[in-house]
Amino acid sequence: MLATAETLAIMAARYGDAAGREHQALAYGEPLRIGQVTLTLVPAGHVLGSAQVVLDYKGARAVVSGDFKRRRDPTCPPFQPIDCDVFVTEATFGLPVFRHPDDAAEIAGLLHSRALNPDRAHLVGVYGLGKCQRVIRLIREAGYDRPLYIHGALETLCALYAGFGIDLGPLLPATGADKETLKGEIVLAPPGAANDRWARRLPDPLVALASGWMRVRQRARQRGVELPLVISDHADWDELTATIDDLPSAEIWVTHGAEEALVHHARTNGRRARALSLVGRGEEDGEDGEP
Amino acid sequence: MRRFATLLDRLVFSPGRNAKLRLIQDYFASSPDPDRGWALAALTGGLAFRHAKPALVRGLIEERADPVLFALSYDFVGDLAETVSLLWPGDETAPVDPALGEIVERLTRAGRTEVPGLLAGWLDGLDPTGRWGLLKLITGALRVGVSARLARTALAGLSERVAVDDIEEVWHGLEPPYLPLFAWLDGRGERPAPEATGFRPFMLAHPLEEAALEALDPADFLAEWKWDGIRVQIAAGGGRDGGAARLYSRSGDEITAAFPDLAQTLAFEAVLDGELLVIRDGAVAPFNDLQQRLNRKTVSARAMAANPAHVRVYDLLFEGGDDLRPRPLAERRARLEDWFARAAPDRLDLSPLVPFADWTALRELRAGAREAGVEGLMIKRKDSAYLAGRPTGPWFKLKRDPLTADCVLMYAQRGHGKRSSFYSDYTFGVWREAALVPVGKAYFGFTDEELALLDKWVRDNTTERFGPVRAVRPGLVVEVAFDSLHPSKRHKSGLAMRFPRIHRIRWDKPPAEADRLETLAALAEG
Repeated sequence: MLATAETLAIMAARYGDAAGREHQALAYGEPLRIGQVTLTLVPAGHVLGSAQVVLDYKGARAVVSGDFKRRRDPTCPPFQPIDCDVFVTEATFGLPVFRHPDDAAEIAGLLHSRALNPDRAHLVGVYGLGKCQRVIRLIREAGYDRPLYIHGALETLCALYAGFGIDLGPLLPATGADKETLKGEIVLAPPGAANDRWARRLPDPLVALASGWMRVRQRARQRGVELPLVISDHADWDELTATIDDLPSAEIWVTHGAEEALVHHARTNGRRARALSLVGRGEEDGEDGEP
Repeated sequence: MRRFATLLDRLVFSPGRNAKLRLIQDYFASSPDPDRGWALAALTGGLAFRHAKPALVRGLIEERADPVLFALSYDFVGDLAETVSLLWPGDETAPVDPALGEIVERLTRAGRTEVPGLLAGWLDGLDPTGRWGLLKLITGALRVGVSARLARTALAGLSERVAVDDIEEVWHGLEPPYLPLFAWLDGRGERPAPEATGFRPFMLAHPLEEAALEALDPADFLAEWKWDGIRVQIAAGGGRDGGAARLYSRSGDEITAAFPDLAQTLAFEAVLDGELLVIRDGAVAPFNDLQQRLNRKTVSARAMAANPAHVRVYDLLFEGGDDLRPRPLAERRARLEDWFARAAPDRLDLSPLVPFADWTALRELRAGAREAGVEGLMIKRKDSAYLAGRPTGPWFKLKRDPLTADCVLMYAQRGHGKRSSFYSDYTFGVWREAALVPVGKAYFGFTDEELALLDKWVRDNTTERFGPVRAVRPGLVVEVAFDSLHPSKRHKSGLAMRFPRIHRIRWDKPPAEADRLETLAALAEG
């Protein structure tokens, strides 16, 4: 297993022994020679530790983006564009309707809703890795310093992020708290928890969900979400197309999402592009937020 | 526009009545005049723009978006206004936030050829939510689950002195953007005067348990049939001030346009409370026939001939300019009979009083009241004034016993808010040959304890999942109560229930013994 130290720590925390036996940490920007290929990890801006893989071989360069985003994230270093001959890009939100709004405005909406509904708990569905901690940081940046209540499944990674110096402020377990205490509070939980019996401990929960899929109303309504928060750790359409523009020499290979629209866009703009179907990777499902 | 768009956006996602009220109140309390008045007009269906049509919106986006990308996007999103709002290549360096008043004024004045340019200018400077809200506003299809009545209820919440009935009474004399109304609610102005012979809030009755009847003295009450139509008010100005006769539903919404056959016969000056019915050859037609005529903006001559509308009158609120509402019911009834004999209006008749000696006799009458057109009995205190709302004491409804059927649970859907972790909305069916066919949907009638048991049963017996819906194996019988059953082309079973609710959970009953479609079809009226 070759990854950044942060990613290795996350994998060990999440999967324990199942994370593989041999771990090799590689810092961002530090070249590693493997046979005739030089491999370098570069920040992808997706979550803590996430990296693009830069492969250099006899003067040719390929970059595999992995999951990435371009906007600021207080929990990880920003994406760094590296011009190359082949760029393999994700396309989770590869349709022009996906344009994520300013995340601070989304958080302001959450806090306004809380003020309007002091007798209800706001149950915010967040993917446990990255989204959870970013949403917490954004809430803190909005000046909210009350304790945040978190579902047990989120505790390990929150502690790990804090260990890497990301200040999440006071967090309390949601599971022990009584109904009266939770009125007017913000509770974070994995996206499915709102539909679990677990949610019955909350006072009249107002269900929010932080995900790029929340951009489309019908999708949010189908999930029974009352307060959609359009916050994503994946590049939106504008970020995807801007990234292609930032890499003028690259042929674009699109995978992992809505390939058709992005390939069409790249070709219309005079770029070489094709869809790359990875074996074993289906369409990214919105059911549980976004990995 | 942005604040109003945000309100619409929040309303779309808020299923609860209280949550909606809070959102609307918050908007009204924190938005300036005249914007909030135009917003109120939009929410209550009082705004229309002639030249703004979906085809125009589609034309605008086709000029700006790549056709392949538009097609892929529209296919994914499914809603034109939303697709356009997200795809529109906005100019974030030049944001605009046009006031609602400005939008209304400029669109109203603009000619057909000017509208596209105006609209494009606003769409350029708004954010996606703002664009979506603007497109919903101008194409007149808000669909945010807010009735005019709910919007007025939210208005009443702005002032501690004002009840929703006070607003209903003055509402129909007001025009957007409702400046005098907001001035009154803010305590800056007088209450706007209601129209002389205009709408007045309805008086409603409480349901009565049989046991409670014995505590009342039968000599204090008049009884009459509760007809199975819809409660309406006729406000007829007799041509005074150019006021034509108007019809209002119980929610205070004007429904005159759907009943011109009736409205044009109301050439008198009075305000009447009655039941709207379809009457053919002197007999009340099934409710289903009346339903053909409801919720229409226009109506064909054929529909009017097939299902002629009548009003069976219960009460007289105004005769000429005289407000009779403070007078006792017995006196109003005498005035009504006297007035009716003189006016002899074509499409109206009087709801007859039902004589009875004692409560036992009345109960027997009620038990026999399963004929067409009768929903139950009303009892009203002879000395009751006509009061707005639902006062406790003067009027009661004795409803006839519901019908019931043993049905098999087929699907369950997760609820909202307090019930978001419960499968609380149930679709049930009956047997047609060897297969179940759905006949209705119910989400109340059970206790919290029963809900927990039903939820567990659903989780343990799921066969398929479709988003928030689970299909379950045919293993649980529920006894469903409903007021009546009608033929329906919209349902696969060909039947539709009125007011279905879960009456009992038949944990003991084998599903094979549940009712069959033929049995239900025999109960259908009309």
